[in-house]
Amino acid sequence: MAMRPEFYITDLLILSLFIIFIVGASYASCYEHLRAPWRRVFKKKIAVVSAIVLSVFIAIGLLDSIHVRLESQLTSGVSITNTKSVLDLLLAPLDDTHETSYSAPFASKAFTLTTETSAAGQATRLYKPLQYVSHYTLPGQKLTWVVVANMLYIALESLLLVLLVSTALLYFRAKRQNTPLVSVINRYLKNQNQFPWQTALLTGFIMLFMILVLFHFSRYCHIFGTDKVGRDIFYTTLKSVRTGLIIGTLTTLIILPFATLMGVAAGYFGGVIDDVIQYLYTTLSSIPGVLLISATILSVQIYMARHDELLQTTQQRAEIRLLVLCFVLGLTSWTSLCRLLRAEVLKLREMDYVQAAKVLGAGHYTILMRHLVPNVMHIILITIVLDFSALVLAEAVLSYVGVGVDAATYSWGNMLNGARLELAREPVVWWPLLSAFSFMFTMVLSANLFSDAVREAFDPRAI
Amino acid sequence: MVTYLVRRLLYAIPVVVGVNLFTFALFFMVNSPDDIARAHLGNKYVSEKMIANWKAQHDYDKPLFINQARQGVAKLTDTLFFIKSIRLFAFEFGMSDGGRDIGADVRQRMLPSLMIAVPVLLLGLLTNITIAMLMTFFRGTRVELVTSVMCIAMMSVSTLFYIIIGQYVVARLLRLVPISGYSDGWFALKFILLPVVISVVAGIGSSARWYKTIFIEEIYKDYVRTARAKGLSELKVMLNHVLQNAMIPILTGIVVIIPLLFLGSLLMESFFGIPGMGSYTIDAISLQDFAIVRVIVFLGTLLYIFGLILTDLSYILVDPRVRLD
Repeated sequence: MAMRPEFYITDLLILSLFIIFIVGASYASCYEHLRAPWRRVFKKKIAVVSAIVLSVFIAIGLLDSIHVRLESQLTSGVSITNTKSVLDLLLAPLDDTHETSYSAPFASKAFTLTTETSAAGQATRLYKPLQYVSHYTLPGQKLTWVVVANMLYIALESLLLVLLVSTALLYFRAKRQNTPLVSVINRYLKNQNQFPWQTALLTGFIMLFMILVLFHFSRYCHIFGTDKVGRDIFYTTLKSVRTGLIIGTLTTLIILPFATLMGVAAGYFGGVIDDVIQYLYTTLSSIPGVLLISATILSVQIYMARHDELLQTTQQRAEIRLLVLCFVLGLTSWTSLCRLLRAEVLKLREMDYVQAAKVLGAGHYTILMRHLVPNVMHIILITIVLDFSALVLAEAVLSYVGVGVDAATYSWGNMLNGARLELAREPVVWWPLLSAFSFMFTMVLSANLFSDAVREAFDPRAI
Repeated sequence: MVTYLVRRLLYAIPVVVGVNLFTFALFFMVNSPDDIARAHLGNKYVSEKMIANWKAQHDYDKPLFINQARQGVAKLTDTLFFIKSIRLFAFEFGMSDGGRDIGADVRQRMLPSLMIAVPVLLLGLLTNITIAMLMTFFRGTRVELVTSVMCIAMMSVSTLFYIIIGQYVVARLLRLVPISGYSDGWFALKFILLPVVISVVAGIGSSARWYKTIFIEEIYKDYVRTARAKGLSELKVMLNHVLQNAMIPILTGIVVIIPLLFLGSLLMESFFGIPGMGSYTIDAISLQDFAIVRVIVFLGTLLYIFGLILTDLSYILVDPRVRLD
């Protein structure tokens, strides 16, 4: 079986975004004035909790953004290629396991009746047993005790892991500050850093425990059930994390350079440039958002149907559509950022330090890049963080309207969309809705709480 | 003030023209009319003749900007650009790709849309301002903390989820109202009740929080302290002073969307089967009916610009300091 990495364009973008984030973070950690607001953020318990929860989602999304192409030879000599992400490989048989249709969480039999005709020609209606179920207990063992024992074991495991990871983090910190590890730990224990480390440890432990428990049970059965075409819901929900993350982050990333440049230029230069840029964003923002998005997506859809040959696989097509969606969503949301930046720069350019730079003979480029852009960074940051959750929620609505992500893409929007019909069934199929809801809610809620803390720390207006 | 209005209207013209050009480019230059025809007739097994027929039926067989085959003014008027774009300015919407009169459809569907949108706006305003005032009144206490957290939690839930669960619990389990549908007159009440309530509930999270920040900003100003120093009760201060002054930023946010109410709500109308503009838009999108989508984009833009002008006018009403000239 041959294996080689494959990168979709969305993968590249999200990975490069992650690298930018890492570089930016380590750059910021070198300067006290950049670190201070972040320290304010992480003094809050709620911010720490939501940051840890968010980073779990980000980790899932990143694992799902590294793809490998697997080539395997069938016995007949035909070779087939399969593109899988690291997450697929981790969750492995789940991505290939297909039941026939719905099955409830933890069920061992299908949810719907099937008619089977025996060799004698006699038709019987029965709930067919599922393919992907294995025995949790050995014969003679009591289920409760096995579950309790396993839970305890996992709890111990996650406790050790959390301690290991935090010690490693502290070790690196100590090494950077050239102080012994013991004194760093002491500083935390005495709460000199005002970092709520108890909360952080507890959250880390709970998250890890939950991940391991879910993973543990997912080895034995469909823990969240299966959907209409028999896909495992746990798998589908986890795959949707990546879509949500991409929509939430790439959209802002795509428009950011554009909006910053336009906003800052409009505010700084004024005159004709200001007029043109203002006209541009007024025009675009006067088209109601959903309509602009649907109009653009409709056009792109037809364009893609016409130029079939450009894209080989359905997955590539879905990825491109996802990217287009990000782009279009960005098109509708850059105007507000641009307007904010313009207003701020209008104020800033009259400041003494900008005037001084001008008098000293600094060129436009220097003034823009060294004096203006760094001073509007907090607005940009707040916008990125605030927009994230709104964009994740928007994806669901757009998927319902029919202009969201491709139907083949795993997304919470598509899951919620299907839930409407599933709730109308008798008996009710509730598990796809519940799992999509709980994952989406957790991610959006923690993003909202985190952005709240960030805004309070960075916004000079908020006291 | 009249000169101000005239100037605002004049400013609006290039914007509307810009939008029109943009949508025209999006619909006719990214994709040729051939592509649109093919999308409607199905991509496979379509002969050239069928495409030509479809295009002729729907006026898509004209050249884009200049028709060389015609004489005089017709050279410019008998083109796609004139028929599909310029005529919108005269509110001649023409036929949809499905062959219906768009103008008549729009007129018919505005009322049901308003039946939902107007109560949602008013009820929502009332609820959200009340909640926000309560939060401001109890600022710094546990009541505020709990309400704030509730608001953040409520705004983290997808609107789709509110609708799906609301419809399931109220209409299916409790059978209090019909699941979906619409009728004229007083019977409409039982159909619009649920969508209105769900819309209001779904909006509480973000709006109440936004109003709260506005109120909090006001409450630390000098005139509030003066009012308290005069011996007014906190309740009177809130209602008579803070609320009135906070109305300005609230109005800016609200007035701009009032004209857009005509476009209805995409989600509510399609979930609850209400024959309004929102469901019209969704149907047009799923049928890929470009003619309708184009008309709605145009209408939406006009209404939005109208809303901006209304916002300026509403300033005069609530703030005597503002003069427009």
